[in-house]
Amino acid sequence: MKKIVISLTLFFFIIVFVISSLIPKEREESKLNLLKEKIAQKKAIVHHDHSRYDILKKKFNSPKEVTEACMTCHVEEAREVMKSNHWNWESPQYIKGRGVVYIGKKNAINNFCLGTEGNELACAKCHVGFGMTSSKTFNFKDSTNIDCLICHDNTETYAKAPEKGGAPVATLDLSFVAQNVGAPKRTNCGVCHFFGGGGNNVKHGDLEKSMFEPNKEIDVHMAAEGSNLTCVDCHITKEHNISGQMYSLASSNRNRVYCEECHTETPHEDGILNKHTLKVACQTCHIPIYAKVNATKTFWDWSTAAKLKNGKPYEEDDADGNHTYLSTKGSFKWGKKLKPEYIWFNGTASHYLAGDRIADTTQPLILNPLNGAYSDLDSKIIPVKVMITNQCFDPVYQILSLPKLFSPTPGEGAFWTDFNCLRALDVGMKEIGLPFSGKLSFIETKMNWPVNHMVSTKENSVKCNECHTQNHSRIAGVKGFYMPARDSNSIIETAGFGLILLSLLGVFVHGIVRIYSSYKLKKRG
Amino acid sequence: MKEKIYIYRAFERFWHWMQSLLIIFLGLTGFEIHGTISFFGYRNAVAYHNIAAYSFIVLIIFAIFWHFATGEWKQYLPTAKNLKAQINFYLFGIFKNAPHPTKRIVLSKLNPLQKLVYLGLKLLVIPVMVFSGLIYMNYRYPQEGGGVEGLNIGSIEPVALFHTAGAFLLLAFVIVHLYLITTGTTITSNLKAMVTGFEETENNEETERLKETENYNDNKQLSEVTNG
Repeated sequence: MKKIVISLTLFFFIIVFVISSLIPKEREESKLNLLKEKIAQKKAIVHHDHSRYDILKKKFNSPKEVTEACMTCHVEEAREVMKSNHWNWESPQYIKGRGVVYIGKKNAINNFCLGTEGNELACAKCHVGFGMTSSKTFNFKDSTNIDCLICHDNTETYAKAPEKGGAPVATLDLSFVAQNVGAPKRTNCGVCHFFGGGGNNVKHGDLEKSMFEPNKEIDVHMAAEGSNLTCVDCHITKEHNISGQMYSLASSNRNRVYCEECHTETPHEDGILNKHTLKVACQTCHIPIYAKVNATKTFWDWSTAAKLKNGKPYEEDDADGNHTYLSTKGSFKWGKKLKPEYIWFNGTASHYLAGDRIADTTQPLILNPLNGAYSDLDSKIIPVKVMITNQCFDPVYQILSLPKLFSPTPGEGAFWTDFNCLRALDVGMKEIGLPFSGKLSFIETKMNWPVNHMVSTKENSVKCNECHTQNHSRIAGVKGFYMPARDSNSIIETAGFGLILLSLLGVFVHGIVRIYSSYKLKKRG
Repeated sequence: MKEKIYIYRAFERFWHWMQSLLIIFLGLTGFEIHGTISFFGYRNAVAYHNIAAYSFIVLIIFAIFWHFATGEWKQYLPTAKNLKAQINFYLFGIFKNAPHPTKRIVLSKLNPLQKLVYLGLKLLVIPVMVFSGLIYMNYRYPQEGGGVEGLNIGSIEPVALFHTAGAFLLLAFVIVHLYLITTGTTITSNLKAMVTGFEETENNEETERLKETENYNDNKQLSEVTNG
């Protein structure tokens, strides 16, 4: 009896120990608080006051004069800028099976406005320079072409003029802007990165004007009532090389920004959640939806473009004011509060480059296939926005054909002024130096845009059973592995439930016969 | 003559009921993790399942110790004797109010079918569940460096499938086991025995004879036989 009492007591102590060791500890909060403290200290740093320099107080007649004034001190910085992607619009990228290629805004093809080549006058509004009429003729070695203010203006008055190859609006008080420069604010980055593709939130879906002043529900990091982070707080910049890259242009696994840099690889109090971080990117759970406030473009059909009303181009808008049709561009679909799609990604991508022959024209062409698989140790599941477009394709040469879109003067063949498809393609392909057969067809293309921003509060992050479920799992399409609740083996399920059914049936029948026979036995006495 | 014999000792009863609670709880949380039912919420189900699993392992360690310390493990040695008679009883005899072919006594409290099934559970199903469960809980995705290298298996799938198959077997066992409770001398006598430790049974020669033996007397202090 004594033995039993002793072992019972011991047993209870062990149970208590096991349970107490499994109860989550309050660790996460203090870790987060430490981070917030670090951010607060960083924000206390006062930036250099430029208004005291006489050279910045004079009247500037052209933006280039401002750049020259900057460079009286910042010689090295100018060299740094000239090494950057923001300036060069290309960088060497390694593509598996292809080798090193130079890709960037200069030559890349996307499935929005298709490409910058030949359209620089319009596209270079978002170049950190002045006077890019063509990337072929632009002097990338002339440092006075650098536009310092587009990134460093802290007055929020500096703005680039449309269709002027990157020149600022003519009426600016450049002296005022030059005296009030500092580290880039959200507005500096946002004016270009929020409006890529010709309008707010057209391209990314997670970068748009609501991110200028988001609340915590939109973005937990950038919310004013939260840590109030700016873009460059995460996109750490050294020598004007801004960390982070987009796989619409990039293909190498380098210069990336990771949540883990601040949050570590095991940020959760719950060990089971921490186990996920090896295979699941933070964004996958912490960005449940994107395009939270304003819609993003999800579908573009170039084949309907060029329709005119009374010989004039026209537009149609939806209830939110987003274009659903433009004579210049075709028809669009938009989406708001979208669930991302999910994909294995190891940090490397491939690209369809101008002139690449399309092997299989019956399948949608993926312009930037992201590499990755479960079996690949470097791969994680990431959320992406998938953009689908019906775009021009040359059925004879089997390559994507790129029209000349923009020209300030009519009659040069630019599609947006002349609305002649074949002529625009002919001119466009000639400018790139690729053949055009004169035949026009359309092919469906897809692009993967990794979703990295609009991080939700932890209360709103994706719940376990949004993925761990048999029905409509968020990652139903992510294959190559067994996931509890989503996956099962049909043989084991059938055999298992069959066994349960048989057991119940056996027990039921046995019981009925027992009751019946005992009733009969009793009756017989 | 009816008599009450002390058949299940305190630890054994405690072990049985803890085990039954844990298995039912593990089944509920486990089938939620499997995606079959939804009750606790997925995250809770996982957390509870893991706590219950470690508790179960502790209980098993104590039970193993108890079985060897008391020699009770011999109860599970399979025997062909009366096996057919026991099967016949459940298939036919039970409907004719025939007596149980094997008498429950302290020295042999399990009938030959029970011996077989329980031995199967102890040697096959439970170990499979414990070890596949431990791997499941401590599994690390393949990675370079760090983690438990030995557990760097390519896929959790085979482990999960064994664990699921075991769960179905256990569930089937629980269903049949619950029903067989009612097949004692009376509807409730088996249940009463597992609650109080005492089984009310028809006195018979074998027990009488055993009373004379040395073994029986050794156990007598514990079993406090009362004649009714």
